[in-house]
Amino acid sequence: MPRKQIHLAAHFPGVNNTTVWSDPKAGSHVEFSSFAHFAQTAERAKFDFLFLAEGLRLREQGGEIYDLDVVGRPDTFTILSALAAVTEHLGLTGTINSTFNEPYEVARQFASLDHLSDGRAAWNVVTSWDAFTGENFRRGGFLPQDERYSRAKEFLTTASELFDSWHGDEIVADRESGTFLRDARAGAFVHQGQHFDIGGQFNVPRSPQGRPVIFQAGDSDEGREFAASSADAIFSRYSTLKEGQAFYTDVKGRLARHGRTHDQLLILPAATFVLGESDAEAAELAREVRRQQVSGATAIKHLEFVWNRDLSGYDPDGPLPDIDPDLGEHTIARGRAQVRMYRDPLATAREWRERAAANKWSIRDLVIETGNRQSFVGSPATVAETIDEFVQADAADGFILVPHITPGGLDVFADQVVPLLQERGVFRTEYEGSTLRDHLGLKEPSAVEAGTRRVAS
Amino acid sequence: MSSSSLLPSSTPVLHLAVALDGAGWHPAAWREQVSRPRELFTARYWADLVQEAERGLLDFVTIEDGLGPQSSHFTEPDARTDQVRGRLDAVLIAARVAPLTRHIGLVPTVVATHTEPFHISKAIATLDYVSSGRAGLRVQVSARRNEAAHFGRRTFPALRIEDLDSPEVKELTGDLFDEAADHIEVVRRLWDSWEDDAEIRDVATGRFIDRDKLHYIDFEGRHFSVKGPSITPRPPQGQPVVSALAHKSVPFQLVARSTDIGFVTPHDADQARAVLDEIRTAQAAAGRADESVHVFGDLVVFLDDDPAAAAARRERLDGLAGYTYTSDARIFAGTPSQLADLLQELQQAGLTGFRLRPGVVGHDLPAITQGLVPELQRRGAFRSAYEADTLRGLLGLTRPANRYAATATV
Repeated sequence: MPRKQIHLAAHFPGVNNTTVWSDPKAGSHVEFSSFAHFAQTAERAKFDFLFLAEGLRLREQGGEIYDLDVVGRPDTFTILSALAAVTEHLGLTGTINSTFNEPYEVARQFASLDHLSDGRAAWNVVTSWDAFTGENFRRGGFLPQDERYSRAKEFLTTASELFDSWHGDEIVADRESGTFLRDARAGAFVHQGQHFDIGGQFNVPRSPQGRPVIFQAGDSDEGREFAASSADAIFSRYSTLKEGQAFYTDVKGRLARHGRTHDQLLILPAATFVLGESDAEAAELAREVRRQQVSGATAIKHLEFVWNRDLSGYDPDGPLPDIDPDLGEHTIARGRAQVRMYRDPLATAREWRERAAANKWSIRDLVIETGNRQSFVGSPATVAETIDEFVQADAADGFILVPHITPGGLDVFADQVVPLLQERGVFRTEYEGSTLRDHLGLKEPSAVEAGTRRVAS
Repeated sequence: MSSSSLLPSSTPVLHLAVALDGAGWHPAAWREQVSRPRELFTARYWADLVQEAERGLLDFVTIEDGLGPQSSHFTEPDARTDQVRGRLDAVLIAARVAPLTRHIGLVPTVVATHTEPFHISKAIATLDYVSSGRAGLRVQVSARRNEAAHFGRRTFPALRIEDLDSPEVKELTGDLFDEAADHIEVVRRLWDSWEDDAEIRDVATGRFIDRDKLHYIDFEGRHFSVKGPSITPRPPQGQPVVSALAHKSVPFQLVARSTDIGFVTPHDADQARAVLDEIRTAQAAAGRADESVHVFGDLVVFLDDDPAAAAARRERLDGLAGYTYTSDARIFAGTPSQLADLLQELQQAGLTGFRLRPGVVGHDLPAITQGLVPELQRRGAFRSAYEADTLRGLLGLTRPANRYAATATV
């Protein structure tokens, strides 16, 4: 049986505490030169795409702007379009929120990006849950949980109707006859639904990929179902082989219900890595990186996500608080998805206290030990082997790598791990196609086929 | 008014921009052999145009945009198939060409009526980062019913161009321009919401930023309220250059209150003086008398070495279009030298620069950069090399102090 080909992408390090901004090698996370370096490294390594996350309000904790991690980032569309000028093949994926945008504008931006990059655009569709973020927008408040996905789903449906409103053969541009458009109604659309009641004419002609590639992140049942019905790839956060396989089986198992096949949805977990000359050296380095990622102050702030109360009086090198979490409405940290991970704070606090006591861990030790460890730690050979193993065992179709250093953190992976994956015959040595759909092995959406058929006939 | 050390100090420098739109401003422009109508939606096309404008040392390019198809009608869509229809997002075009250029300003059009000022603020700030300080924006309003229907959030009455002075239409346009003023105010406050030195990376205390140098903007307006701060740090120019096209008193007020550049459409020097009077008076009333607000004259241009050839070209294009092309701006057909005369005459009336709209971009843009510019240079009326790296620098505008930094130290 042929070995599965691995998909690799790179996530520009962002505003979480995994980014080690204090490292002397850390550069700007805003200057374009950082993005250009990162993208060009990813392209040199023949990665499928670059990925940008999004934030629409600065995080706050305890009523103050959070200041311990990288704060601030540039606009997604603008950076991706500029990166299209300094790369040729790399896919350009942006997270764009469906809660604080309108379909006509977002569809125009993605269709424009797809034109301006010759078919390399992808959209990670996300929703926003909080009124806190809404305070920066006309729409204001937020949507209840059950309406978030219904709006996201309808948003994506509506945007797809706009993408498909041009079939691809409308522009004739015949100088002699003076016919620019074959059909005056090119781009005509009507959408009437629960969230959007719009109609008119979309004014961007069909783009090279027809539509951007659609990505989705989110692990809830609704999120998985949304991805199975509508996405080309799903981001997940499972770092062990077993968890990854369970997620993979579950999500791929949902595809048939939506009339889709196994290869129409890629599973791409986010992954971090630490490389060393030997496995032992990498393990030592990984411990150091974790200490840099979780300072004493960061550990206290992280504990507050669970306790939902001010713990600034506690010593990060001391034992865990003996008071219980505040079970009221979560008010301590705002603008942060993480706080929703702890659905039973009392149980989490109890478990953490027990583990800390048993292992003689301080608050900081506990956060380091229970927080997200690096996914791949080892020599380049070990990391290449592990990544290959995960993919061949159907725990993933590939990974979205997040280095902890901006922007040079990807270089070592590109230089040392990618060649080993290529030697194993599981990763491309040259780009085979020019569009992101080509890289991902995804078919073009049907409206293009319809358009092509009409041109041919 | 700015001056350049590269020119005799007595000669006022005029500023030059081109307005880029499709194959050009004449509706039949795409049918010229020199045009590339099948490439209008490619990056290469836009890169070529902006690089040509940069070779001509122009101050900036503007990029037209709209949230609906172009139309030969003022307020509603048409059903024409013989003109260019379709546009790419102007901010994305500007970002796409930014890394391919070094000096020229990039000024995309943004429709304030249907967009979020928070998104626009970070997009233009980021354009300023990717261009190292060459970003601007041109704010536009839209009362088109079909464009409102693309968003489904508001409706507008049917408008006819004859009704522009009716009380009902005046109220609507007043409202749209007030909203645009609020939009610009929010965008500007967000640019200032980070002080320049807010990022401290203080390893000793573990603080990446000094949160005291980040500011809530707390804007409350009729159409939106925005809390802030921005997610994007203050851009290289501090405040990218804000511009708007203005034909009447209400938009003149917007120029006077809110912008760094107003584009106006006088047809002669007397009209230019009248428009300038109105804008300068409004500027003083808005408390901005000591701030630099450029007023650029807009002109549609058809340029040939022989004046008869220019006129004949314009007529031939009108014939292809099936009607005589008219414009809000004066349409000039003649030689680069005649245009230089006209620009200098209008400059005498107080205009500080010109935004030229090429009738056929493939023909008239190179005629501007390779004909008009050398002519103006010979007269000592235009720069012979870029004298600054930022758009503000080219326009002689200083980098503004941060409004919040001043109050924060009190």
